Amino acid sequence: MEIVNVTNLKKLYGEFPAVNEVSFSIKQGEVFGFLGPNGAGKTSTINMMTGLSRPAGGQITIDRIDAIKDVKKVQKIIGVIPDENNLYDEMDGFDNLCFCASLYGMRKKEREKQALELLEQFNLTKTGKRPFKAYSKGMKRKLTIAAGIIHNPKILFLDEPTTGIDIESARQIRELVLDLKKQGKTIFITTHYIEEAERICDRIAFIVNGRIVKIGTVTELMESVDHEHKIKLQLDNGIEGIKKELEDNFSNCRIEIPDENSCLIISKERIALSPILQLLDNKGISVYEAKEIKPSLEDVFVKVTGIKASKLIKEKEKVGK
Amino acid sequence: MHASIAFWNILKKDIKNYYLKPPNISWGIIFPLSWTLMQLVRSQGSIGILGLLPGLMAMSVLFGTTSMLAVTITFERRGRSFDRLLLAPVSISTLVFAKILGAILFGIFNAFVPVVFASFFTDLSGVDWGIAVIAAVLIAITSALLGLLIAISAREVFEAQTFSNFFRFPMLFLCGLYIPINNLPQLLKPISFCLPLTYGTDILNATIAGNSIFDIIFNIIVMLAFAALLFYLCQRNIKKKWIL
Ligand SMILES: Nc1ncnc2c1ncn2[C@@H]1O[C@H](COP(=O)(O)OP(=O)(O)OP(=O)(O)O)[C@@H](O)[C@H]1O
Ligand SMILES: [Mg+2]
Repeated sequence: MEIVNVTNLKKLYGEFPAVNEVSFSIKQGEVFGFLGPNGAGKTSTINMMTGLSRPAGGQITIDRIDAIKDVKKVQKIIGVIPDENNLYDEMDGFDNLCFCASLYGMRKKEREKQALELLEQFNLTKTGKRPFKAYSKGMKRKLTIAAGIIHNPKILFLDEPTTGIDIESARQIRELVLDLKKQGKTIFITTHYIEEAERICDRIAFIVNGRIVKIGTVTELMESVDHEHKIKLQLDNGIEGIKKELEDNFSNCRIEIPDENSCLIISKERIALSPILQLLDNKGISVYEAKEIKPSLEDVFVKVTGIKASKLIKEKEKVGK
Repeated sequence: MHASIAFWNILKKDIKNYYLKPPNISWGIIFPLSWTLMQLVRSQGSIGILGLLPGLMAMSVLFGTTSMLAVTITFERRGRSFDRLLLAPVSISTLVFAKILGAILFGIFNAFVPVVFASFFTDLSGVDWGIAVIAAVLIAITSALLGLLIAISAREVFEAQTFSNFFRFPMLFLCGLYIPINNLPQLLKPISFCLPLTYGTDILNATIAGNSIFDIIFNIIVMLAFAALLFYLCQRNIKKKWIL
């Protein structure tokens, strides 16, 4: 069942369309990811869905509520973890969490119980009495996430939860997202880490220049681009001499030799291995291993968007500082 | 129920985080105190403490509330923590009420600093304090809303402070605090009557100094009308400027 429906969503800043006719839906209990470079419109989309910004056009339905007209109703059932930590610098972790819970009408006893539990769960109990501004970046991020889930929301919005923090904290956060999914929460997450999207999202949308260019499960995305079949052979040396012969015999294949002990066979069609192996065998070359090389999500992203994945990440790290 | 929990906690947080911070408390005491002293020294008793008190009270409220709102709102907006309030299932009007109530209470506290001070020097028993409190409350409400209106438009704390000074200083001279409105140039008089502070000061003048232009009830009604108008403008601008 679909719990979130977005159709033709549009956001203009002046004349500039930051989000342009974006449509997608999220199924109940799924982790849905927005993957895109800086300025793609990820945050703008989240802001419109959570009531921080007004769309120029389109519809948003969340749990059958019109999220543009009845923002306050929707806000009761959603939790938002923004791209920038937005807790109160002067207040300690515990007070921050309790305050956030109070905004959702939670009573004192309940707030305090939840806050303590979350501090424990996020390994922040020891620092619970330190002011937020004295937290490290990773700790700040974790507390911000805790603050976003303290009222037990049905749907979660996470805007780049792992940008700019250390590897270990990022790993913990990814695990937490999967935990929340196990608890049955629906999760909308934005990221610029392809790997992260691949690892935790059930479905991914590539967003570039305010438009969704592709949407699907990881497998669907992989299959969507027609890619070349690649087989890597591991052999003893001597391949150099027969490259031409291989190409002459198998004219639909391209041969690449990355190093003297291996050979890549590339073809638009599926590759029948036995004739190749036979030819090599006849030449006295032994094959120890044959491995199909599958395209990665990164390859798909590059192909679909025309954006180099490495460039995307580098830009982002600078911003993350 | 739900909304009232949020309301009290926003108010409590502001009081704890901002109003009860030592620099703000001392500002709330020292500022009215120094104005009081300055006026006393300057006038050398020619007007008398009772004549000065309404002006000092009104001014303390005006400065106290407007400067605090510039901080509690603009500062939180800059640090993005304000988004948290906008993301909460709390209506904008509850939010605005909670935010300004802190400033109003702070303003009322400010108003009575000069009174306590004056009580050492003069007999205040003839004053109807019930009415004085009503006046202080009304001035605090309108000033807080005015401060909010300014804070909504400002992006930086210093911007908010500068904007408020544009309003605050001219207001001091046009509201009959130091120059009776009847002595103002004809051209400026209409402006005076457009300022809520004029009516608040008039109530204080009536009860403390015993001279006023309008009837107290009339003043109260005008002040309430100003408050309603400002509240409406604030809400409208918030929706326009905060939810982009
Ligand atoms: N308040 C604003 N005024 C004008 N332009 C804006 C505003 N907010 C965002 N933009 C522009 O809209 C576009 C989309 O921005 P958005 O923040 O949604 O991107 P994003 O995908 O979240 O990027 P990032 O990965 O950097 O967070 C960008 O070109 C940005 O410059
Ligand atoms: Mg963003």
